[in-house]
Amino acid sequence: MQSAQYSTEEIRKDFPILERRVRDNKALVYLDNASTTQKPNQVIDAINDYYKNYNANIHRAVYALAEEATNAYEETREKVAKFLNIKNHEEIIFVRGTTEGINLVAYAWGRSHINEGDIIVTTEYEHHSNIVPWQLLVKERGAKLAYIDIDENGELKLEQLDEHLATGKVKLVTFSLMSNVLGTISDAQTIISKCKDAGVLTLIDGAQAVPHMHVDIEKLGCDFFAFSGHKMLGPTGVGVLWVRKSVLETMNPFHGGGDMIREVHKFETTWNDLPYKFEAGTPNIADVIGFGAAIDYLSKLGMDKIREHEVELTKYALEKISAVKGITIYGTKDISKRGGVISFNFSDVHPHDVAQIIDEEGIAVRSGHHCAQVLMEKLDVAATNRASFYIYNTKEDIDALVKSLEKVARLFKLE
Amino acid sequence: MSNADIYHEMIIDYSRNPLNYGEMENPDVSYHDSNPLCGDSIDIDLKFDDKKVSDIKFHGKGCAICMACSSVLTEIAKGKDIEEVKNLEKNDVLGELGLENLQAVRIKCALLSLKVLKFALYSHMAKDMKDTSDVDKLKEEAANLY
Repeated sequence: MQSAQYSTEEIRKDFPILERRVRDNKALVYLDNASTTQKPNQVIDAINDYYKNYNANIHRAVYALAEEATNAYEETREKVAKFLNIKNHEEIIFVRGTTEGINLVAYAWGRSHINEGDIIVTTEYEHHSNIVPWQLLVKERGAKLAYIDIDENGELKLEQLDEHLATGKVKLVTFSLMSNVLGTISDAQTIISKCKDAGVLTLIDGAQAVPHMHVDIEKLGCDFFAFSGHKMLGPTGVGVLWVRKSVLETMNPFHGGGDMIREVHKFETTWNDLPYKFEAGTPNIADVIGFGAAIDYLSKLGMDKIREHEVELTKYALEKISAVKGITIYGTKDISKRGGVISFNFSDVHPHDVAQIIDEEGIAVRSGHHCAQVLMEKLDVAATNRASFYIYNTKEDIDALVKSLEKVARLFKLE
Repeated sequence: MSNADIYHEMIIDYSRNPLNYGEMENPDVSYHDSNPLCGDSIDIDLKFDDKKVSDIKFHGKGCAICMACSSVLTEIAKGKDIEEVKNLEKNDVLGELGLENLQAVRIKCALLSLKVLKFALYSHMAKDMKDTSDVDKLKEEAANLY
């Protein structure tokens, strides 16, 4: 799709929340986009439009509203397919978010494919959502969890993948396409091609990557791919799990209930077609429709333009933030290998204190372990501050962040 | 509470130079706990002499508020009768640092060490008991401190 000239000034007009003043009448500087992004009018309006004008359940009734609602819901599936270059719409399952997507795989695929002695490989920079479901699974099945560690640049040590694959026991390799703490972009092509050679399935956690860069699932060649709508301008409570059809056909249902069945009898049931077999119950119709509007918005801007904008911001931020005395930035300095996520610590001041002090200046950054305690252990820190950017952030936002750090230095009497 | 009220001289000083910080050799009891959301983590070691807390030390990782409150708490507890320490309340710690109106999201930073101290004490008390139901009740109370 042809994208218009990229202008943050124009983009910001679509986001009413960016007009807000917070605390002591300070302009909001929102830098917690890796956690969730703000929503444009287009998304908010699409949700309102559904509730105001054609609210009805989908896939069942024959009246006009139900037809309109079903069409709008299914249109989002088509938008997802086009956005990520997915050829087969039956492979797209709407879920609540990345966490539910991964849990669905662990439950509906894992419990029938993972056996005693099998190995699941994950990485040191995973979110808890790509660690804990596997811990639960391997415990139940008598299998084992193994890790690909990171090196001093925060990149995966892929030679460890070779070692794991050489055991011949690996059944699944699961990794995030972009780390939510370090911003590292995984070398997915290499990982997937190694796994394919070994006949091992791959799962990608795309929660941080899909909102920020062009992703082509067909080209990636993985087997499972999960991501969330709310990190890409969409509402909370909607995400997508994509599963290659040949794999999806080997999976049992996740939830039993309405919409996922073909015929129900007293003691047995046959399943609905894909993907409905995996979408039990009334889905999150309004938010799926809102999510469709978010995809439209991003497509119009163009994912390559968005990535370009974020690369420029990240470059600027790395330079400005690292110039502050006492700052430690985690992860690679190579912009081509990282997204717009910068985790840092400021001298020995605890991240919560930093975050609270700069909040008074209207600056919203995340502080804590970012649901990545395995990585925090590796970095030997309890927590970090994290600034993460999106389409509407500007260099002025970063200047405001850097300026607010001076206040922290003053209060904590840093040199 | 604004930051100017929270990050005053005493908090900063106690957090940079915490009192009673470190590990104890041969403590009578030790206890550890953490706040799952922020990752703050505190260990407290205690030694008793007759019915008194003869020595107390803490160590761990936490924000300025957590560290300052741990400093103040350990100062309060040191030398006190076990019975008095058992009855310590939130505001005994918060009041000492003018943090009575701390926002909800940070209160857990301020009170983590009090929770750890109470659990340490109760586990010690339960050691020689056959029926621990009284202590269990106290533990339940301490678990809901914030």
